[in-house]
Amino acid sequence: MAFSIKINGNTHSVDVDGDTPLLWVLRDVLGMTGTKFGCGVALCGACTVHVDGVAARSCITPVDSVGTSQITTIEAIGATPVGGRIQKAWLERDVPQCGYCQSGQIMSAAALLASNPHPTDSDIDNAMSGNICRCGTYLRIREAIKEAAQSLGQGGRP
Amino acid sequence: MNLDRTASEAADSNRSSPSRRRVLQAAAAAGGGLMLSLRLPFARDVAVADADGFVPNAFIRIGTDGQVVLTMPYVEMGQGTYTSIPMLIAEELEVDLSQVRLEHAPPDEKRYGNPLLGGLQATGNSNAVRASWQPLRQAGAAARTMLIAAAAQRWNVSPASCRAQTGEVRHAPTGRRATYGELAADAARLPIPDRVALKRPDDFKLIGKPAKRLDTPAKVNGTAVYSIDVRPPGVKIATLAQSPVFGGRVKNVDDSAARAVNGVRQIVRLDDAVAVIADHMGAAKKGLAALVIEWDDGPHAKLNTKDVVDELERATLNPGVVAETIGDVGGAMAKAVTKVEATYQVPFLAHATMEPMNCTAHLRKDGCEIWVGTQVCARAQAAAAKTAGLPLDNVIVHNHLIGGGFGRRLDVDGVVRAVQIAQHVEGPVKVVWTREEDIQHDLYRPYWFDRFSAGLDAGGMPVAWSHRFGGSSVIARWAPPFFQNGLDSDTTEGAIDLLYALPNKQVDYVRVEPPGIPTAFWRSVGPSHNVFVVESFMDELAAAAKQDPVAYRLALLDKAPRAKAVLALVAEKAGWGQKLPERVGRGVSLQFVFATYMAQVAEVEVSKDGAVRVRRVVCAVDCGTVVNPDTVQAQIQSAIIFGITAALHGQITLKDGRVEQSNFDNYEMLRIDEAPAIEVHIVQSSEPPGGMGECGTSAIVPAVANAIFAATGKRLRKMPIDTTVLKQPT
Repeated sequence: MAFSIKINGNTHSVDVDGDTPLLWVLRDVLGMTGTKFGCGVALCGACTVHVDGVAARSCITPVDSVGTSQITTIEAIGATPVGGRIQKAWLERDVPQCGYCQSGQIMSAAALLASNPHPTDSDIDNAMSGNICRCGTYLRIREAIKEAAQSLGQGGRP
Repeated sequence: MNLDRTASEAADSNRSSPSRRRVLQAAAAAGGGLMLSLRLPFARDVAVADADGFVPNAFIRIGTDGQVVLTMPYVEMGQGTYTSIPMLIAEELEVDLSQVRLEHAPPDEKRYGNPLLGGLQATGNSNAVRASWQPLRQAGAAARTMLIAAAAQRWNVSPASCRAQTGEVRHAPTGRRATYGELAADAARLPIPDRVALKRPDDFKLIGKPAKRLDTPAKVNGTAVYSIDVRPPGVKIATLAQSPVFGGRVKNVDDSAARAVNGVRQIVRLDDAVAVIADHMGAAKKGLAALVIEWDDGPHAKLNTKDVVDELERATLNPGVVAETIGDVGGAMAKAVTKVEATYQVPFLAHATMEPMNCTAHLRKDGCEIWVGTQVCARAQAAAAKTAGLPLDNVIVHNHLIGGGFGRRLDVDGVVRAVQIAQHVEGPVKVVWTREEDIQHDLYRPYWFDRFSAGLDAGGMPVAWSHRFGGSSVIARWAPPFFQNGLDSDTTEGAIDLLYALPNKQVDYVRVEPPGIPTAFWRSVGPSHNVFVVESFMDELAAAAKQDPVAYRLALLDKAPRAKAVLALVAEKAGWGQKLPERVGRGVSLQFVFATYMAQVAEVEVSKDGAVRVRRVVCAVDCGTVVNPDTVQAQIQSAIIFGITAALHGQITLKDGRVEQSNFDNYEMLRIDEAPAIEVHIVQSSEPPGGMGECGTSAIVPAVANAIFAATGKRLRKMPIDTTVLKQPT
């Protein structure tokens, strides 16, 4: 059945079963491959996107649950003030190694800072512990989030 | 993997050997400019190259636009190779790092493998920088010398009066200058210099300075392309179920419900697997769930982990193949004042790369195209050709960034599967494994079983050391020519040639292959096991001697000054000996593997209910010359977290022939809230570089186990850590 979904400001029409996870609609139907498949059951966070600004695991988000919500993916997160700062901090700290999980890490971090501009270590733990990085870039992820928070603070709240 | 002990020596000997021309050639580049071709040594293949003639596997092209393009056989999987390798060229060529572009090896893969060694082209064993250190700098220096010579000829001045700087040749007396792009075509007509002088470390501008990774921008904006992201026109998506028991086969399939799933196009039945071909992975997974497959489990249907362990325990009662013998262990043991004995075990481990196994294949009547991320491009090509029944030349491999290797992508089972499936599918098909398939059909780090005994003298120092261990040899399967006389260099690395002065020592190895369970390289491989057991047992000896673990080790290191230095440094930086709260302990480890010296101190807290938290890790490393210190720090942090994951959570177990773990809920990974603070202290050195990608993993596991002993008095001789034995008695 056909669904109309809003992704990164554009409306897309897709013809799939309603229970198809958003992840496969993004990757296989629409060709937006920046969002990654890691586990399929919301254990690793590689597939994280924003649904109306809130971090969501697209691998367990059925396309028929999205409705008129705004989906944001890694391809467009840089256009948001927080997303842009996060990406910049990721570059400055050279966070990624293999890089495969980093789309999801960045999406989780951007959602965190958008709702909590000055996260504590424990806030970071809570927001980011759903995202696995097999290369173990956690220390740099933490530093980069703090750096982005600081630069946002200096530039005023987004 | 450890096949290349001789690679760096071979590279060193290339410096001025008469055969140097055989490893470096120059020619005009297509489209103008200068092309240098060189051979980077892989695992012991230098001798083969000599016998066979010159077969280049890396290319440096200086275009008429001045752009330097380096094509090389190594692959980027997160270890920073795509940055550190260009640094070596840029340093000697006198160009900015930004002027060097790195290209994946071209689809003509045959030159990158070594057919005599079964296509032994690999990125692994922490060897990329080690192997290229000398030849790449030499190539850069040769190109620079030729460009200077071309300029000198053009200006009719002496080459000695010219100098290269930031991609130009300058003649200071007359103020003339020419870019490399302007000179490249002329340089290509000049002979390669017989001898080039390499820079002294003091003159390095790039090497040793932190450099930003060149692959980072694409990895933060979602544009980096892994093989799982490829979309050749018309591609269909497949997922699969392989026999849950290794060696089993498909008996019967009822696919009627799967065929009815919207978006499912086709069901492919193989001997030992069934694949669902669909428009998208959502439909493929739904189709897979709807399949009713009856399996013939085959000969391993009843296999449990205990059977594997029992066999190892039994087999190691008998002597194995002697890997190392020094002095007279029996005699020394008889005279020893104190005897210490222990057995150790480490489990099967899966790789669990974040990018699940996948490969896209397009099979046509006369050829085959493969899209994959592999550590072994030539092997992937050979496997595809063999499976498809095609000549090697008719198989094109597109290699990609790797979403985690750790040894998993040194095997090509995923390529074979994709081609098997593609044989039944019209057009390209992307075969994506579910996480469950990825974990349950991995090739695993072997289970090993170790028996130690040692004799101490009246002062508590070791006078006899006996170490016997049993387990699988990965090399025997993966590179049979390197398994010789019952031994291979990977299985024993970290167990033999120890840094410690042990006057009487014997190490023997009993090869025991677990029935049906494939084993493979896994980050730090042999040392992932050997360093854990050796450094744990050394800690046991210190405890038996009632001595401090650091002081005890230092006393055995008089002939290993670099090791002594890293150990002393780590103790100082970690605050070794300073008081800690109750149930918090520090543990130390020391190793020399992958040509790098490393010592670590882990600070571990054990709660009353037995839960283990690694709070802080301090690491001192002497890896010779550091190319990119930022990458060294990142790799050590990474490897330590990889090792803690294994120590705390990692084990693959079998029940009725089936792997019991399936996803990240029962094969857990360390997460950000469990990650310790990690400090890395690098010893300055101008020795040749050592390997960096793996050694942090082997060093952390014993450091954690030893810290738990310090915190609780409990010696953990089996991994992963069993927290139930660490509960504080009430």
